[in-house]
Amino acid sequence: MKKINYLEIEGWSGKLLGLLAVLGLITLAGLGATYYMEHHGHYVTGMNNQIVWGMPHVFAIFLIVAASGALNVASIGTVFGKTIYKPLGRLSALLAIALLAGGLMVLVLDLGRPDRLVIAMTYYNFKSIFAWNIILYNGFFAIVIVYIWMMMEGKMHNYYRPAGIVAFIWRLILTTGTGSIFGFLVARSAYDAAIMAPMFIIMSFAFGLAFFMLIILIGYPCMGRPLGDKTVKTLKNLLGVFVGAVMYFVLVYHLTNLYGTEHHGVEKFIIAGNTEFTKIFWILQVLVGGILPLVIFYSKLSNSRKWIGLGALLVLIGGIAQLYVIVIGGQSYPLEMFPGMEVISSSFGDANAYHPYSPSLAETLLGLSGIAVAILIVVLGSKVLAFMPTSLADKEVDPHSKA
Amino acid sequence: MNNQDSSSDGISRRKFLAAGVVTTAGVSIASGVSLLSIAQAKPADQSVTDKQRWGMLIDTNKCAKGCTSCVDACNHENGLDRGDEQHSRPDQKAHWIRKVELKDKATDHTVSLPLMCQHCENPPCVDVCPTGASFKRKDGIVLVDKHICIGCRYCMMACPYKARSFIHEELNNQLDYAPRGKGTVESCTLCVHRVDTGGTPACVEACNTAGHKAMYFGDLKDSNSDVSKQLKIHSSTAIRADLNLNPGVRYRGI
Repeated sequence: MKKINYLEIEGWSGKLLGLLAVLGLITLAGLGATYYMEHHGHYVTGMNNQIVWGMPHVFAIFLIVAASGALNVASIGTVFGKTIYKPLGRLSALLAIALLAGGLMVLVLDLGRPDRLVIAMTYYNFKSIFAWNIILYNGFFAIVIVYIWMMMEGKMHNYYRPAGIVAFIWRLILTTGTGSIFGFLVARSAYDAAIMAPMFIIMSFAFGLAFFMLIILIGYPCMGRPLGDKTVKTLKNLLGVFVGAVMYFVLVYHLTNLYGTEHHGVEKFIIAGNTEFTKIFWILQVLVGGILPLVIFYSKLSNSRKWIGLGALLVLIGGIAQLYVIVIGGQSYPLEMFPGMEVISSSFGDANAYHPYSPSLAETLLGLSGIAVAILIVVLGSKVLAFMPTSLADKEVDPHSKA
Repeated sequence: MNNQDSSSDGISRRKFLAAGVVTTAGVSIASGVSLLSIAQAKPADQSVTDKQRWGMLIDTNKCAKGCTSCVDACNHENGLDRGDEQHSRPDQKAHWIRKVELKDKATDHTVSLPLMCQHCENPPCVDVCPTGASFKRKDGIVLVDKHICIGCRYCMMACPYKARSFIHEELNNQLDYAPRGKGTVESCTLCVHRVDTGGTPACVEACNTAGHKAMYFGDLKDSNSDVSKQLKIHSSTAIRADLNLNPGVRYRGI
């Protein structure tokens, strides 16, 4: 393989300024929405005492999961020695940090008391997976920054593989922690499942890679830098495997619920109910986020980069839908406190067949601003530091290329 | 001799002075100790121990359908009825205790019961709280430290009884012993301010006043307490007993 040259994004093109302006506006809208929600209190949101985590958590968890997955591209190059992935390592690590920052911003700004962030950093209950996650997220920032430094600094090149291995192991633990936020919950029927942790890991593989592919599929032509078919096809095939793997985990999760009678209620609610969750599950999560991308990636459509880009976008839309079904759908189903009994009346909604949730505009804006912040960090990071190779042409990245 | 006498006199003076200092110090310390011991004698200053475990038995056979005396008393006692939550929707308003009516699907038998924080021995809310704001006192009462609650609502996700409420708006006009705050989580305190001064929770008192006497409160570790005697005579169960949380609140008749 030739020596790869990296370069900052050059100049201030109209496209770049336009992109920064749009991202800046979405970020400002998200901050404005936060001020509105924190000033009034959460009564202006669609959340309540049953659906305690709403749209911001859907986006926050989606971004945090995608963050650890985005680092995979670097890990495949560094840890598993796949040559074609090595030039993508720096950008992969930057995207991982950016997505985590965007996700955590949303998570923190949706707290009841975001002003008490310092308490979250100084008071730890080590039996809480949430507390562990705070350590895992902060550690991820530190480890990936060191990893980036070692990738960029020639003198440190001998240490970059150990750093990459540590980052890879850390990210697996981190996503296990994120999945366990739900996996460890015994109270609600949709959760309390050990499969949540590995399912979140495979989800992270898919979402992170889809994000990464969109960045290079859109970014490289805009910058006028070559992007070879070899890189695109390799990533596309890998994403297809990840999407299939996510569908497998979803299948096993639902089969397990279908087998055990005690889970029939919540299972019917999600896969065969009369609510929006059933529609979101089948149409957005399974069809749009799973089947369509697989059709695109493994048919002649994949000869077109626009179709591949669309496939990656559909994976992300399906990912948000999947987290909506897990986070909101899982809470919407009533708590099963009295097996064999029917709740006739309750002043606190225990008798409801399910709990509806309508996200407010402010919540959605806060969630979207997390994505905007993540892209903003990637663009600005690549503007000031050399994260992106000057060329990802086949002859640059693949030693066996005939081109 | 004179010299010796004078030296002997000198020692005496020193002894006298030393004795004086020791006596003064002793009196000072002793008075401090005695003040301290008086302070310790105040019930409010005594630390909570695990010699007690406060708990409750609810006899659903006696709980009257449609009666909300316990709920009304709780709301009044803890300031939930002060009309502060004007903007919150019904599903956003705080509920520390609620009445639930159930029907057995197989037999059509109906029961009525109050449901609140079950003050578990192994509370999931305490396990998941990242900052330790959710905590269990040694005497079994589960509380929220409003000063370090960051409003993450993970405890609400973890509670199998939906016993916790999030405050969705600014609150004013609060009671000194039941502080509440926007952006934090709260739940039944078992009227800890009453229990610590030898009283019973407001809901139990109201149920007795209403003549139903469906709620027994007391020390589960004291075999002579009313609640322990009742639990020994008749069978009872915990809600979600399968979770093995050993709640401090038990039910008869469900």
